[in-house]
Amino acid sequence: MVEELLIRNGVVYDPINGVNGEKKDICIRDGKVVEEVRNPKVIDAEGRVVMPGGVDIHAHIAGGKVNAGRLFRPEDGRKGREAKTKVCRAQSGYSVPNTFATGYRYAKMGYTFVMEAAMPPLAARHTHEEIVDIPILDNAALPLIDNNWMTMEYVKSGDTDLLAAYIAWMVKATKGYGVKVVNPGGTEAWAWAKNCDLNDAVPYFDVTPAEIVKGLAEATEKFEMPHSIHVHGNMLGHPGNYEVTTSTYDLVKGIKPYRDRPTMHATHTQFHSYGGTTWADFESKAGAIADYVNKNEHVSIDLGSVILGDTTTMTADGPMEYSLYQITGRKWTNHDVELETGSGITPFLYSGKVSVHTIQWAIGQELALLIKDPWKLALTTDHPNAGPFIGYPIIISMLMSKRRRDESAEDMHSAIYKRAELPSIDREYDLNEIAIITRGMAAKTLGLHEHGKGHLGVGADGDVAIYDLSPEEREAGKIQKAFLNTKYTIKGGEVVVKDGEVVAAPAGKTYFVTPECDPKLTDEMMTHLKDKFEHYYSVTFNNYPVQDAYVPNPYEIKAPWRS
Amino acid sequence: MVEITDVVCSLCGCVCDDIVVEVEDNNVTKVKKGACSVGKSKLMGHGRIESPAIRENGSLKDCSYDDAIKKAAEILAAARRPLLYGWSSTVCEADKVGVELAEEIGAVIDNTASVCHGPSVLAIQDVGLPSCTLGEVKNRADLIIYWGANPAAAHANHMKRYSYITKGYWTAEGKKNKKLIVVDVRRTATAKMADVFLQIEQGKDYLVFSALRAMLYGYEDVVPEVVGGVSKKDLLETVRMMKEAKFGIIFFGMGVTHTGARHNNIVNAIQTTRAAHTHTKFNIMPMRGHYNVAGINQVCTWETGYPFAVDLSRGYAWYNPGEHSATDLLIRRECDVALFIASDPGAHFPGESIRHLAKIPVIQIDPFPNPTTEFADVVIPAAISGIEAEGNVYRMDNIPIRLRKLVDTEYMADEEILERILGEVRAIKEKEGE
Repeated sequence: MVEELLIRNGVVYDPINGVNGEKKDICIRDGKVVEEVRNPKVIDAEGRVVMPGGVDIHAHIAGGKVNAGRLFRPEDGRKGREAKTKVCRAQSGYSVPNTFATGYRYAKMGYTFVMEAAMPPLAARHTHEEIVDIPILDNAALPLIDNNWMTMEYVKSGDTDLLAAYIAWMVKATKGYGVKVVNPGGTEAWAWAKNCDLNDAVPYFDVTPAEIVKGLAEATEKFEMPHSIHVHGNMLGHPGNYEVTTSTYDLVKGIKPYRDRPTMHATHTQFHSYGGTTWADFESKAGAIADYVNKNEHVSIDLGSVILGDTTTMTADGPMEYSLYQITGRKWTNHDVELETGSGITPFLYSGKVSVHTIQWAIGQELALLIKDPWKLALTTDHPNAGPFIGYPIIISMLMSKRRRDESAEDMHSAIYKRAELPSIDREYDLNEIAIITRGMAAKTLGLHEHGKGHLGVGADGDVAIYDLSPEEREAGKIQKAFLNTKYTIKGGEVVVKDGEVVAAPAGKTYFVTPECDPKLTDEMMTHLKDKFEHYYSVTFNNYPVQDAYVPNPYEIKAPWRS
Repeated sequence: MVEITDVVCSLCGCVCDDIVVEVEDNNVTKVKKGACSVGKSKLMGHGRIESPAIRENGSLKDCSYDDAIKKAAEILAAARRPLLYGWSSTVCEADKVGVELAEEIGAVIDNTASVCHGPSVLAIQDVGLPSCTLGEVKNRADLIIYWGANPAAAHANHMKRYSYITKGYWTAEGKKNKKLIVVDVRRTATAKMADVFLQIEQGKDYLVFSALRAMLYGYEDVVPEVVGGVSKKDLLETVRMMKEAKFGIIFFGMGVTHTGARHNNIVNAIQTTRAAHTHTKFNIMPMRGHYNVAGINQVCTWETGYPFAVDLSRGYAWYNPGEHSATDLLIRRECDVALFIASDPGAHFPGESIRHLAKIPVIQIDPFPNPTTEFADVVIPAAISGIEAEGNVYRMDNIPIRLRKLVDTEYMADEEILERILGEVRAIKEKEGE
């Protein structure tokens, strides 16, 4: 049976197709956007804001550390309780919601795709098992390939082709989407309770984080990869780290990307835009970072914007989480992963009464407002690190309302007027810009626009968010409310949310990339890799790759070797 | 004859995955490599529950799968306070259906961690857990501490594959450049291998952790001459070894979780690890027993928010171990139906809870007969995961590994049994007009 849907008279923001607030109809047949429909079910979106389904470029929603966060924070679980319904499973959690709540809440905000931002390869099965239990959302996951011994050894020997062969194998073995970098070298050092700055030698491996980043970028661009390397750089969260950040950006400047996208996506940039030398003279350097991004085309960023309140921080950056735990004295979990990566988790409270937190809060928004071209940035909170994803509508309302920012600043620590720029910035986002930073940019940067995500052109997936919002609305509270619960969310042509309630919860698709590597190169790489399994891994080579059973709804993207 | 390599053992939390077996005529005929004696015994097979059965007039009568599943569903659909317990010796795919069934009927779902490393979970919820994968230990650890754990008997491959005896990148000479400390109340087989054996008095773990912790933070002066039966000299030597290690790990077992201060022991053990971490790299890991007890904790957590003792009677998950953990529910005679899967409360629960179980309908799903079978009213035999059925499990360090299917079977896998029960329950409820 042909399923047709007509969304009539909405005010459409579809920036990838240059549609900026035009009153037009959207036709969907069999889950895809089409030119016209004959006998459709009709949704009247008269005068309401219509956007493509949201695309989140970076969030921690599934896998070992997310679940370790849930497990050790029953107090967080109690915050989000909702009983099961005919459609929905039982829900729990706020900063670390259970898998079901994760799907429902994103869908209610109009999101239909989320990238799980850090998948430890050895535990990739775990990430996929949880992803299967996240309803509605299409998804993908980025395997960590930067602190891996194989990576560091190839970077040291300068064998970029072999490194590319290793990347290809890893991305395939984990059913991953690209190359994630988290505190390169530093997480390996953390296995000895140490850390690395950008140009420090990694203990025993005799390479620097800078060399790792450059090597990975060069190797990644050997393929027609939809996404560039996705980088959480060194010294995250340290006062004065902004120069490390721009130095990291510089590393990939000369590398030619496979197509018109950056060669590095620098994630949760708020945490990397710090001035000062200690927490006492801590200040915003968002201006310096924005200046760099404005002047260069090889870097895209996402915000990692702070939501005030309690959250659960988690990252493969083990030493950073240890530092955070030492500051707060709260509980701390760590899980180092052999030959590959690590992770740390600790709860954290962002308070508007604390100078540092206030400045952090300002930095995320400053980045969005000081970077001129919204196509260079995506809205994230690095969920749940700077705050849970459920806070996105707050950020949206802040970016759209100078008045709201000013009112908020009045209640916060006065440091915001001395060591941050935010109060002096007048810019306000319009809905088109919001659509760019919440769907268009992320889809393009991930290369997903070519696979039907993030836009409403003919052939795109029938993923649509209809917000109960007039384009003329300027009141921040109303904007926030509208972006928290859609009037309708449509996923693949099916209404999944209506009037803020989940009415259907179909399974999402998992996007993964298959880099295609010369078999000879692969064979040579394999001799080195098998030696690692023979002697150092605690699982066998044959039991390592993620089996097809873990990805029941696959969507494969092939990435040929660049000629 | 077919040789199968990379076989994954479904016995203990070690989840050894490099086993080689021979299969002939749909039977495992030989275990050639990799398994310990207990694992080998399981792989080779032994007595099992032959047929589904329903108890009539005091004795179990064989029946069809259909009848047993229907009966189980009727019991569960009519239950007012059902308990679904076990889940540790089956695969995550089955555990997921278990959580769904619990939601459907508003049950309490609990797993064997409740009477095992439950105290460890409570401690982790208090202070967190600095830990690592077992391969980290293999490659880096030069100081290994087993505390209240006897792997030589209970996790027979643990030292050989992951810790003291194995060789890794920075431990290429094996145990030659490693130190082994064992803390226990008696000289176990593991203790006999140790460089240092601290024989502590029963129930004094908390005190000994406190003494070590004080010393690690530089407060030697507050530690008396003897703590829990251990001399200050030996404690100081232990602390010296901890500080001088490049990478240390504490593996702890039931000897710590179930004596004296229980979860407070583990809090103190973790705090001691943190104290050691101020000097060098130090980790701590619970010695999980069943091969997938870590897995049911994982599944239960991502699906409900909590790892064990989850009450779904309100429609959402409510977590309060000690109130609705399995033994507490039973001792209060609160639950009116119990389903046990892949576990044996008949052998492991306190007598008072067993007395209540004798009075209520009990459903058992298991490949093997055990004391629980003796009072179960519906018995449903299952395929043996890891031999006759595949699926995901989590090793004691939370690394997911897929069990392989080695031979075909007529028996239904746990997942299928549960899905069919769930289907029947839903059909009954629909009929009743819910």
